[in-house]
Amino acid sequence: MRTMAALLEVRDLKKHFPLRKGFFGEASQVRAVDGISFAINEGETLGLVGESGCGKSTTGRLILRLLEPTGGEIYFEGRSVFQASREEMRLLRRRMQIIFQDPYSSLNPRMTVGDIVGEGMVIHKLYQGRERQDRIADLLRKVGLSPEHMSRYPHEFSGGQRQRIGIARALAVSPKLIVADEPISALDVSIQAQVINLLQDLQEDLGLTYLFIAHDLRVVEHVSDGVAVMYLGKIVELADSLELYAHPLHPYTEALLSAIPIPDPTSRPQRIILEGDIPSPITPPPGCRFHTRCPKRIAPCDQEEPSLKDLGGGHYVACFLY
Amino acid sequence: MVVDKLKRAWISPFWRQFKRNRLALLGGAIVILLFLAAALAPLLAPYDPAEFDVKKILEAPSPAHPLGTDQLGRDVLSRVLWGSRISLLVGFVAVGIATAIGVLLGSLAGYYGGWVDALIMRFVDVMLTFPRFFLLLAVIAFLKPSIFTIMGVIGVTGWMGVARLVRAEFFSLKEREFVQSARALGARDHRIIGRHVLPNALAPVLVSATFGVAGAILTESALSFLGLGVQPPTPSWGNILTDGKANIEIAWWLSLYPGLAILVTVLGYNLLGEGIRDALDPRLRQ
Repeated sequence: MRTMAALLEVRDLKKHFPLRKGFFGEASQVRAVDGISFAINEGETLGLVGESGCGKSTTGRLILRLLEPTGGEIYFEGRSVFQASREEMRLLRRRMQIIFQDPYSSLNPRMTVGDIVGEGMVIHKLYQGRERQDRIADLLRKVGLSPEHMSRYPHEFSGGQRQRIGIARALAVSPKLIVADEPISALDVSIQAQVINLLQDLQEDLGLTYLFIAHDLRVVEHVSDGVAVMYLGKIVELADSLELYAHPLHPYTEALLSAIPIPDPTSRPQRIILEGDIPSPITPPPGCRFHTRCPKRIAPCDQEEPSLKDLGGGHYVACFLY
Repeated sequence: MVVDKLKRAWISPFWRQFKRNRLALLGGAIVILLFLAAALAPLLAPYDPAEFDVKKILEAPSPAHPLGTDQLGRDVLSRVLWGSRISLLVGFVAVGIATAIGVLLGSLAGYYGGWVDALIMRFVDVMLTFPRFFLLLAVIAFLKPSIFTIMGVIGVTGWMGVARLVRAEFFSLKEREFVQSARALGARDHRIIGRHVLPNALAPVLVSATFGVAGAILTESALSFLGLGVQPPTPSWGNILTDGKANIEIAWWLSLYPGLAILVTVLGYNLLGEGIRDALDPRLRQ
């Protein structure tokens, strides 16, 4: 899985949140992310897909070190993120940025759009005075807003516009990598395509690398070079986008793909309906974590845990069927 | 520029809501009138509040003395007007002290959590185990009663509510995405607290400070009434009431007017505080 030109490499990343029931209660932990590995090449997009609660957002925040990991390593441009000192981390933060899901809580209601977009430049002392103002105006234009919006406040904008402001804020420090944490899930369907197109245009113009987190495969299909499917803190399948959509192997991926509506009334594909809810990450099922809901489970599934196997051509799957 | 920003981010959305609430406007009007009365007391007061006149002891209200005179022949109107300065000063300075301490400790506890939080909050619990008024009396027993002691003591014993409030706000705000985003941009703690968390945590502090002013004025009056607060001959509503108590059977005006002043003031601040709270509460906004 290690590629020569990997901009970001994640190795055996783990994040367990401690949990205590009551003062004298038993200490337990939520295994939000439980040993995942992947890499993203410069200029590419990796889609990270899974149900809510599978640990995908936690992964995004770990990459930016907004959370401290329980275990594992992350390398950005070959350097360890978790071993970076405070000052090194500040410099690293210019190279990686994040776009959040909820455009309503991701902008400070007490700051003007100009101050929000310019904050990264203030923090890192990039550009000064007039130049900084010009750059804020440029960034706003780049994301499809107008420089006149600078002196306005977030509450004066729609959800889609707010998401554009969030994108401009991330771009202000000229990052290489952007973690897009469900950037369109909270938007109207009519706006989603616009924001997706904007992100793709920006990627071409600026040579950005994306980790694109989403909860459905349909969105990711259009933007990703590779796709990783997560279930309960683990990656169950990882492949090139085209390969994954053409030949999904893991029963969970198949189920997710079958849930995508097809805009053709004559075609009635078999929908795979998963039974039950996603199990609790506090006490994940033994063996394969998916076996409780898997329509194809076989003998070893509830005993042993399958490892992520390379089936050739960069297609990895964690399933005993292969 | 700064004024314009303040206006657009804070005042305009607030005022739209606030102006519909008539009781809040009444409270605001009372507070403004009290400010004017205190500021203009030297001009408004018909007599020197300390000037006594043995020929006019305990005179009933009359055109010459609209609120009557006290046992030393001093003009009650003038004394109540001058007393309003003391009340406002004590109210604002004491609440200022309490708010400053509460915001500082609450911010630290809420932002850093962990042992910092545990330490500060246990200290709050300890402070709250003392009944406040007895704590005040105990502290004042060691100090010379003066207006400064009163302000300091009321402030130092009144910050715990603010600290809890600010801590709770910080706990919820620091997980918000715009705060996470500032961290992702590499902002240092002081910037995150000062620019992102604190400005969004101040609304409930403002409300509690408004109620706090009413509380501090009441406490000051009570202490002065007991002779532990502002010392005569400086007039304060509390110590005018003490004079009134001694003469209540023959001179009702000496008790009634300072009492009314306290009532109206506390009512005014409470109405204003409720109005601010309702106007800032997003659940009531449409």
